[in-house]
Amino acid sequence: MRRTPNYNLILGCTLTAATVSVIILGFFWTPYEPDAMSIAERSVSPCAAHLLGTDNFGRDILSRVMQGAGTTLEIAFLAVSIGATCGTLIGGLTGYFGGIADEIIMRVNDAVTAFPSVLLALVAVAITGGGKTNLIIVLGILFIPSFARVVRGEFAKQRNMDYVKNAKLMGVTNLRIMFVHILPNIAPVLLSSIAIGFNNAVLAEASMSFLGVGVGPTESASLGRMLLDAEAYLFSAPWQALSAGFAITILILGFALISDGMGYRPTWRPVAKRRRKADA
Amino acid sequence: MLDIKNLKVSFNDGRKGIAVSGIDLHMEAGDTLGLVGESGSGKTVTALTVAGLLQKDRATVEGEVMFEGKDLLKCTVDEMRLLQGKDIGVIFQEPMTSLDPLMRIGRQIEETVKVHCKFSAEERRRMALEVMRLVGLPEPDVTYKKYPHQLSGGQRQRAMIASAFITHPKLLILDEPTTALDVTIQAQILELLKKLNEKCGVSLLFISHDLRVVRRVCKKVAVMYHGEIVEQGDTDQVFNNPQHEYTKRLVEAVTTRRRANV
Repeated sequence: MRRTPNYNLILGCTLTAATVSVIILGFFWTPYEPDAMSIAERSVSPCAAHLLGTDNFGRDILSRVMQGAGTTLEIAFLAVSIGATCGTLIGGLTGYFGGIADEIIMRVNDAVTAFPSVLLALVAVAITGGGKTNLIIVLGILFIPSFARVVRGEFAKQRNMDYVKNAKLMGVTNLRIMFVHILPNIAPVLLSSIAIGFNNAVLAEASMSFLGVGVGPTESASLGRMLLDAEAYLFSAPWQALSAGFAITILILGFALISDGMGYRPTWRPVAKRRRKADA
Repeated sequence: MLDIKNLKVSFNDGRKGIAVSGIDLHMEAGDTLGLVGESGSGKTVTALTVAGLLQKDRATVEGEVMFEGKDLLKCTVDEMRLLQGKDIGVIFQEPMTSLDPLMRIGRQIEETVKVHCKFSAEERRRMALEVMRLVGLPEPDVTYKKYPHQLSGGQRQRAMIASAFITHPKLLILDEPTTALDVTIQAQILELLKKLNEKCGVSLLFISHDLRVVRRVCKKVAVMYHGEIVEQGDTDQVFNNPQHEYTKRLVEAVTTRRRANV
């Protein structure tokens, strides 16, 4: 028997590792200054000097993609951290203890989930004012319900398992049961929903910035912001939109494959044996 | 040490009805008491009540359960938690699923100590290794670092016993501890329990439907039928000279089967 390799996880990790290393490189070194404008080199198509061309201000797109992907990832990372931490706490407590509080919190949760999250985020950012910090907080809060729901379901399932009952019988406190015993046991589910959450966060950042309520023009480049800038030149300088769009696609594909790979259970496929002569 | 007086338990959720209708049980320190009866006779409910595992919103409990002069039925959740694991250990039927699959055996055995007493990590480890040796887990140093799926059923039950026994509780409640094991392992576990009782003086409240198992370990026995104790006394006396009709049939069932086997 041979184990089929987990292609999704391998490919996803490779893609993500590649993009993340380019992003980390972008923090220290970019081919050009991402914000340096050059009137002489406006909207240059991809060439040896500018691998992905330049935009209408003469800024090098490769440098901007490297920096912009970093900003996008940073926002996604912080938003998902907020969402996952609070969501795990809320979902864990309600799922473990159950009862009326559980019902109420989960109905509120459903109500929040019923609205499209980007729409809610738009409203929230419109009220609080744009900018990176606000965007992170708003997205983080909006991600809480989805995590809370997943974690709650898992906790409710685990709470009736024998090992939890047994831990209770040993006099282990509820908090310790929740975080030392149950949490590691739901890690596969939690991790794959974090990977999905990352995707949603990248997309949400891109759409919000594209709509002009996310990362401001004076802040660092972000992929969504670049798409917005590129929109006017979609036909005259398509490489602008293509570079940013492609970067988003690769980022998301990587995380999506990882999250797929997390839920992977290996199948064993029989290795063909040399055929023996049939029994007479 | 354990004195149950007129214990009545009835459920008020879906399965309405009386599970235990007024039983009296008495155990001295070092006693081994077997609670025998068919499924639904209330033996497990009795054990759950003593262990403090009965959900109070689902069942009505009357009477008193005195453990070392303290009425367990009147204890708060926190008072109960201090007793659970420290003075009262409980071992269930399912060794396969009663261990946290993602926690190393050593840490799981230590956990009871960690929760109840203040010992350094080094001392805890020493205590765990000692109790692992006592219950006969092979190569304690190696097993300490293993995960539950790497142990066999019998070893897991030994690990369960180790984790219940590391705090040297005064009372061990065993709910069909050997039912999920095969006969050879069953015999080993029973020997181990007997040894713990004789050497360390822990009292055993042994719940089983298997008369042979009870006969092997327990000096006293109480037979439950329909939520009542129909007969109790010394094991030999009850089994050799059963008084109640139900006990007679129970003993007969085993002896005929044994004869058939020979």
